[in-house]
Amino acid sequence: MMISVKKLVKRFGPITVLRELDLEVEQGEFVALLGPNGAGKTTLLRILATLSKPNSGQVSVASFRLPDQAVYVREQLGVVSHLPLLYGDLTADENLAFYGRLYGIGSARQEQVLGLVGLSARKDDLVRTFSRGMQQRLAIGRAILHSPRILLLDEPHTGLDQEAGEILDRVLREVALEGRTVMMTSHDLIRAADLATRLVVLSKGKIRASLSKEQFQSGDLVSLYREAIVGGEGLK
Amino acid sequence: MKSYLNAVKAVIWKDLTAEWRTRENLTAMLVFALLTVLIFNFALELDIQAQESLSAGILWVTFVFAGTIGLNRSMASEKDRGCLDGLLLAPVDRSVIYFGKVIGNMIFMLLVELIILPIYSFLFTVPVFQPGFLLVVFLGSFGYVAVGTLLATMVIQVRTRDILLPILLFPLTLPVVIAAVKASQGFLEFLPVAEVSTWLNLLIVYDLIFIAVAFMVFDYVVEE
Amino acid sequence: MTDKPRLLTYLDFLTVVVLLIAIWLVFFYAPVEVMMGAVQKVFYFHVATAWVGMLGFLASAYAGIAYLRKSDLRWDVIGYAAIEISLVFFLVAIIMGSIWARPIWNTWWTWDPRLTTAAIVELIFAAYLLLRQGVDDPERRARFGAIYAIFGSISVPLTFISIRLLRTIHPVVIGNAEAAAQGGFNMDDPMKIAFFFSLAAFSVFFTDLLWHRIRLGNLREELGKLRIKAYAEED
Repeated sequence: MMISVKKLVKRFGPITVLRELDLEVEQGEFVALLGPNGAGKTTLLRILATLSKPNSGQVSVASFRLPDQAVYVREQLGVVSHLPLLYGDLTADENLAFYGRLYGIGSARQEQVLGLVGLSARKDDLVRTFSRGMQQRLAIGRAILHSPRILLLDEPHTGLDQEAGEILDRVLREVALEGRTVMMTSHDLIRAADLATRLVVLSKGKIRASLSKEQFQSGDLVSLYREAIVGGEGLK
Repeated sequence: MKSYLNAVKAVIWKDLTAEWRTRENLTAMLVFALLTVLIFNFALELDIQAQESLSAGILWVTFVFAGTIGLNRSMASEKDRGCLDGLLLAPVDRSVIYFGKVIGNMIFMLLVELIILPIYSFLFTVPVFQPGFLLVVFLGSFGYVAVGTLLATMVIQVRTRDILLPILLFPLTLPVVIAAVKASQGFLEFLPVAEVSTWLNLLIVYDLIFIAVAFMVFDYVVEE
Repeated sequence: MTDKPRLLTYLDFLTVVVLLIAIWLVFFYAPVEVMMGAVQKVFYFHVATAWVGMLGFLASAYAGIAYLRKSDLRWDVIGYAAIEISLVFFLVAIIMGSIWARPIWNTWWTWDPRLTTAAIVELIFAAYLLLRQGVDDPERRARFGAIYAIFGSISVPLTFISIRLLRTIHPVVIGNAEAAAQGGFNMDDPMKIAFFFSLAAFSVFFTDLLWHRIRLGNLREELGKLRIKAYAEED
């Protein structure tokens, strides 16, 4: 079990965002996490990414317990947020070099990653000059630099045009092929269905539905989604 | 241990490289410092006597204000593109971020001070180029930056970001500033070693206390 | 929600009694000081409030450490309450100090160590409140408050030491032969009784206020939770 979440509770002051959430993700799965705004998708992702601590419940990632063994988990994690996590005043190459040094990765791998995300030609350009699509691609490069077993993405397609989105999808598919476990939050049902092996619907702090590829490929996706939300006291 | 040091060096290298590209931060600090010195010059109308006794104070006020600008902008660059998260995701101890930032901020502050000092001594004929005086500048800046970096990391996560840092920082770093001014004054006026060494020792003690506490508490500043 | 505890009511009562006794002691029991006259009476309350303010500051630092270790928001309520009340007590102490200083040294303010440190403490308190105001998340607010309170409580004694080394004209009241020359004075027994009793009385007063303030803070939290619940159910 790559990711195991049992009865996870997360509160922000008086507001409970995640209410005893349960979730299990096996190795190699590509899970798309869907749900309305405020459902807790980003919160869940941040907890799995070790950026946030649970109030109660058991969370384990790559067989390490959170939050106690967070340091070990981080070695296995690559995270792509909707903010690029890149330094605008450094070049693409320098950005990767910096993160490479933090993770103990050499320049050979940096070169390889630049090629993987299609940015070798622009490696000496300042990230400030990159389009949003290119920044996202570099962000993914940064995330897979240390060949993590798990990739977490928070709405990575936000703000990307059609073409950039397609390039991102291509990179994601290649990455997934390498046997990694991927969890991606998204607002885009169609795209999620296209990339994922499982669709999970999160609403009002709990998992309301979990659909395997067969289920959502054969059924009407939108109504399946609606059902999950409404059934779980989501939208009214 | 080796990877810890490597990580710290990486953070410093990153800050220096990024800053060197635009030099925005350094320029802002320098210009502000120069303006402060000029304003003091006109506001205080110093005669030679007064110059000697007030120089220490004027210089430290200048450094403190310029330092605030540097601290703010250095941490702001981490917040703006979510880069702080990027640092927090790395499999390194949180204190790497703290020490890396402290050293980076120190380098910037020292750079500015080393440019301002000759200009000041050119304008006011004050014997600033003594090893003792320079030592005080170093120690005082260190204590200031140690607390300032911690508070800056806090402040960028707060709504009232810009004005809050000086308000939080100045009262806390008073011990360092007082000791630094008195020690500086001692060196500038060539006072007997015994007097100056009291302040120098105090300064060192303050530095040690502050950096120890900041180190212990830093985790709590960045966690969520 | 819990009703006002019996013990607190007793404490309120005790506070009033003890303060009244202290006032009587100060104005009627202790003799009028020879050199300074009636103004000297301010001294009893001045020191008491400053002392108690200091206690509050220490309490908030302790609460800060406790919060960081246990993440229990109740410690945050305590720390915040302690600082709010100390802010007022120190302000009173400073004002009383001024009232005393005016006839004795012919100035409203003196840059001596204790008074200056008191002013700095007020600034730190104000900074603390501003810091809290800018944070929305309750846990982060508590954490930042705790960290700042801890730093403050370390920095202030250091500041005091530094300023003390710089200068002093503040009266050194207890056991100094040259006290009179500095504007101080020696205390004989009735004065000592009045002095220490005032100290105790104000400590009781502070505890009473703190308790009330903590209750207020906790009630506020509860109210906040109930409100959120009500809004959620409206949907």
